[in-house]
Amino acid sequence: MAHPTTPSPGVPGEDATRRNFLLYATSAVAVSGTALALWPFIHSMNPAADVLALSSSEVDLKPIAVGQSITVTWRGKPVFIRHRTPEEIKAAESVQLFDLRDPQPDSQRAKKPEWLVLVGVCTHLGCIPLGQKSSDPRGDFGGWFCPCHGSHYDTSGRIRKGPAPANLAVPDYTFLTDTTIRIG
Amino acid sequence: MSAPANQNKIIKWVDDRLPIFTLMQHSAIEYPTPRNLNYWWNFGSLAGFMLVVMILSGIFLAMSYTAHVDYAFDSVERIMRDVNYGWLLRYLHMNGASMFFLTVLIHIFRGMYYGSFKAPREVLWWLGILLYLAMMATAFMGYVLPWGQMSFWGATVITNLFSAIPVVGSSIVTWLWGGFSVGNPTLNRFFAFHYLLPFVIFAIMFLHVWALHTVKSNNPLGIDVKGPQDTIPFHPYYTIKDLYGIGLFLMVYLFFVFYYPNLFGEPDNYIPANPMVTPPHIVPEWYFLPFYAILRAVPNKLLGVVMMFSAIIVLFFLPWLDTSRVRSARFRPIYKQFFWIFLADCIVLGVVGANPPEGIYVLMGQIATFWYFFHFLVLLPVLGKVEKTRPLPDSISTPVIKKSMEKA
Repeated sequence: MAHPTTPSPGVPGEDATRRNFLLYATSAVAVSGTALALWPFIHSMNPAADVLALSSSEVDLKPIAVGQSITVTWRGKPVFIRHRTPEEIKAAESVQLFDLRDPQPDSQRAKKPEWLVLVGVCTHLGCIPLGQKSSDPRGDFGGWFCPCHGSHYDTSGRIRKGPAPANLAVPDYTFLTDTTIRIG
Repeated sequence: MSAPANQNKIIKWVDDRLPIFTLMQHSAIEYPTPRNLNYWWNFGSLAGFMLVVMILSGIFLAMSYTAHVDYAFDSVERIMRDVNYGWLLRYLHMNGASMFFLTVLIHIFRGMYYGSFKAPREVLWWLGILLYLAMMATAFMGYVLPWGQMSFWGATVITNLFSAIPVVGSSIVTWLWGGFSVGNPTLNRFFAFHYLLPFVIFAIMFLHVWALHTVKSNNPLGIDVKGPQDTIPFHPYYTIKDLYGIGLFLMVYLFFVFYYPNLFGEPDNYIPANPMVTPPHIVPEWYFLPFYAILRAVPNKLLGVVMMFSAIIVLFFLPWLDTSRVRSARFRPIYKQFFWIFLADCIVLGVVGANPPEGIYVLMGQIATFWYFFHFLVLLPVLGKVEKTRPLPDSISTPVIKKSMEKA
C-alpha cells in the first residue's frame, strides 16, 4: 500500500539508520524487560518456603534391630535405613570395584558400617525397589530388587544387574548422637 | 502486498498451507489505521495487555491455590508468605482486576464520546459489551476465591439477586449454590468458572478485533476514511504508540502493586469467611459500585434487580437510541455537554454505591439512577433529532493538508 505523505520504514538514508537504532534499542529494552518480568512467574514454581522448611528429617535408630530395615519419608521420598548384619557388611566390602557398574567402595557409602542410609528410589525410572521387608525379594545380591524393570542392588545399595545406570543415592545425613541421624 | 516482503522459504512454505504470516501482515502490520487517532485509542490495546497479565498471573496463582472452604483462605496466605514471589503474583492479579476495568471503562466512554458504537460498528460494540459482562462475572467469582468475609458475603448477596425472580427464584439460587447456602460446592464451581471465563473473554476479544478489522477503526473526527491518504500502517506507527502507552500505564499499575497493593481491597477480606456473622458494611469492588447504587435506589427487590441488569442491557441498544448521524462529540456541542454530565452521573452513582444507603445518599442514588436511564432512553433519541451539529470536515487528511499548505 502506498502512503505518499508518510515515509515508510526502511527507506535508505540518514532517517533509516536512526530508525533502525531506535528499533533495536526498543526491542532490546522490551525483550530484557519481559525476560525480567517473567522470572517471578517461573520462580514461583520452585519449592516454596514452607516446602524448604520440611527438607530435613530426624530419625531415632535405637528401635531398629540388627538385620532389620525401616523406611522413613524425607522430602516426600522414601529413605531406606538398614541395620546391616556382619555378613551383609562383609559381602558389601569384599566386592571388587571393577565388578561394579558405578564403582564406589562400601566405606564411601556408609558412615558407620552397620548403618546403611539410602534414598529408596530406583535410579532407572523412579520406582521404589523391594527388599525392606524380610518377605520381599532382594534380588541376586541380597540387597534390593526393583520390580518395575528388574534392577538388582547389593547390600551396599549398588547397582549390580538390570537397566539402572547408578547406585541408589546416599542422602546427606549426619549422626547427631550414636543412635540419631538427621537426613538433609 | 499480500504476503511478507522479506519472505524466506520456510515462512513461505508454512504460509502457503496456513496463511498465518499473511494474516499477521494484514492485521498487525499493514492494517490501515486512521492517521488522527489520539491517546484515548490506546485503551483497547491496554485492555488486551491486561487480559494477558491477568491470565498469566492467574494461572500461576492457581498452581498454589486450593479451592476448598477449609484450605482456600490459608492457601492464599501461603501464597503471600511462602510461595516465591507469591505476594507479587497476587498483588498483580488483585490490582490487575482494577486496572483491567479502568482501561475497559475508559475504552467504553471513549466509544461513547466519539460515537464508535454507531453503524457500521454495532456488532463490534455488542461484542465489547459481552466482554464487559464476561469480565464482571469473572471478577465477581474471582473475588470469592480467597474465602474471606467479603468473598463469602459478596457471593451470598450477589447470588441472592436471582432469588428476586418470581416462582423459580429460590430454586435457581439453590442450584447456583449447589446447596442451601454458599459453601464448598459454590467455591469449587466458582473456581472452575473463574478459570474458564478468561479464555472465553479471549475468544470474544478475538471476535472483537476481527469485527474491528472488518469495519476499521473509528477516529476522533468520527468521519469515514476516504482513501489511503487518511490512513497510516498500524506498524510501526501504532505499535510504537501502543507500546509507549503500555509503558506509561505500567507505571500507574505497578505504583499500586508496589506501594498501595491493598488500596482497592477491603480489609474485611483478610478475615476468614464466617457464615454466622455478616460484616457491618458490605461494599462490592469499586467497578461494581454504580450498578450496586442502582440496585439499592429502587425500594423493591425484583424491580431493583431488573433495573441493575437493565443498566447494562440498555448499552446493547445504544446504536439505535442515539439517533444522531454525526458520530464524534466534537461536532455535537450539546451532546458533548451531556456526555460529561453522564460521566459525572456514573461517578455519583459510584460514590452512592460506596456509602451506606441512608440520609442524602438515598435521594442522590435515586436521582442519579433516574438520570442514567433518562440519558439513554429519552435524551439521546431526542437530542439526535433536534441538535444542530457543527459542519464535518471533508476528510481526515483535509485539515492536516490545509494546515501544511498554509505553513508553506
